[in-house]
Amino acid sequence: MSDGVTAMHAIARTDVEDFLFAEAELLDEWRLPEWLELFTDDAIYYVPATDLAVDASPDNNLFYVADDRFRLSERVKRLMKRTAHAEFPHSRTRHLVSNVRIRKHIGDDIEVSSAFITYRTKDGVTDTYFGSNRYRLVPGNGTFRIKEKRCLLDSEGLRAQGRVSIIL
Amino acid sequence: MNAFQRMNTALMIDEGKKIFKVSRRAFVDPDILEAERAQIFDKCWLYLGHSSELAKPGDFVTRSVGGRNILFARDGKGNLKAMLNTCPHRGAQVCREKHGSAKSFQCFYHGWVFGLDGTLRSQPGESSYAADFKERSTSNMQQVARFESYRDLNFICFDKGVESLSDYLGPVKEYLDVICDQAEMGMTIVGGTQEYSMRANWKLLTENSIDGYHALTTHATYLDYLKSASGALAQVAFEGSARDLGKGHAVLEYKAPWGRPVAQWIPSWGEEGKHELTRLYDGLVKRFGKERADRIATFNRNLFIFPNLVINDIMAVTVRTYYPAAPDFMNISAWALAPKEETEWARKYRLFNFLEFLGPGGFATPDDVEALEQCQRGFRNSAEAQWNDISKGMGKENPSYDDELQMRAFWSNWNEHIFRVPA
Repeated sequence: MSDGVTAMHAIARTDVEDFLFAEAELLDEWRLPEWLELFTDDAIYYVPATDLAVDASPDNNLFYVADDRFRLSERVKRLMKRTAHAEFPHSRTRHLVSNVRIRKHIGDDIEVSSAFITYRTKDGVTDTYFGSNRYRLVPGNGTFRIKEKRCLLDSEGLRAQGRVSIIL
Repeated sequence: MNAFQRMNTALMIDEGKKIFKVSRRAFVDPDILEAERAQIFDKCWLYLGHSSELAKPGDFVTRSVGGRNILFARDGKGNLKAMLNTCPHRGAQVCREKHGSAKSFQCFYHGWVFGLDGTLRSQPGESSYAADFKERSTSNMQQVARFESYRDLNFICFDKGVESLSDYLGPVKEYLDVICDQAEMGMTIVGGTQEYSMRANWKLLTENSIDGYHALTTHATYLDYLKSASGALAQVAFEGSARDLGKGHAVLEYKAPWGRPVAQWIPSWGEEGKHELTRLYDGLVKRFGKERADRIATFNRNLFIFPNLVINDIMAVTVRTYYPAAPDFMNISAWALAPKEETEWARKYRLFNFLEFLGPGGFATPDDVEALEQCQRGFRNSAEAQWNDISKGMGKENPSYDDELQMRAFWSNWNEHIFRVPA
């Protein structure tokens, strides 16, 4: 049996779930600088427009969010400021993660899908974001790091949410 | 009779004292929205879509425009058609997909089939209909009353007697030329639509889209970002002017320090970017001479076309249109416009730039959404706190891009439409 197969069997879905639940908790507690640490140095975070193919590239399609690692760190920096008006005072959020599956192995990395429902409430208005997340995770040191996170919204556009000022 | 019908204006203007105020009831009164539907959205030219969205015969999109469901299609001969998306038989929406490519359109309710131009081709039980039924124009899907284009931007109007699009646009055309001339092969809509909403009156977005005054405070974090991203700024200061283009249209034209894909280089685009932008700029000089090339390449334009179309040629080019669903709610659709012949490098950087600032996931637009929604909340006090002030820059010979002339142009024309008297 090759090492690759051994590694494949070493990762249980529950390990991935634990990781994704911990990620959701960091987001809901607004511990965004810690959340950012979950990402690799070459990570990407995407929220495509909802009329695109699931694997569309932001190089030739209009997305809502297409961050490289630098811009993601700037997004976090921005959201922690009082002058990020859309999120000041901070909204309250609840990220629910479900239907977690390990889709495939790419070298040492794994591709994971999950379903999400995220509530955001502020000023007496509650919005719901729902869809699926596609992750590429890099296993190591008994945990994972995120190399890619692609949030595929199921809604038609962002009506009535109006914005993705939080992290999905 | 409500209070607004008794009024003959929503504006308080005194040129001598430099007073220009807008009644906040214009943002909250359902009677005003009703008047806007009848006297603005049913009467003015409205943006439908870009020709590039329908690249080949059979391509179609369905879209809500001015409260109607429109089927925008390219027929077998390559002609663009704007049809009311409703079956002439019993009214069902004929096309239920948002976009696609078709050979014909079939209403699923009773099975009537229409050609790409809306002509009735067949219906089950034809022998039970009058012999000339298919020859009657009333058997076809109905075309929108007026449909005209300028530089691949397609507009419709529900008022048969409206002036031509060309006359309606007037001096706007020259600005559309400047924007579209950055492409040699024409402009195209890039894949992907940003569809969002705001819990705010639609006119707040008109004001916001041509507001050069709010950037420093509303978009403080965007400007912080540009400063911290190394090499994201050109050595260019904010500077420029505003122009009233008549009929409620207006434009800001100004220099700004962000990178422009055609063609203002910033250090973070590196040598490859410098090479590409020099090539683009040289091409512009060759085609238009240095003066016009400089205007195309280095000036930004926030162009507003009355009543609800914004074409902003800034760090990327966006086309944005929006409609009220209620006095305190609007739906917005936005697209990215780019030169057809653009290289992969330029397209990538254009879109990267776009998302930095624009759209509901950008570093700026979410704060605009917040500002507009907070205005709408503030208007709950409009019985007592009644007026908005847009007097900045009144009386100046050359109003600056961060004055409020362009808003006064919009409101004066809006007021004429609603109250049928000049402001």
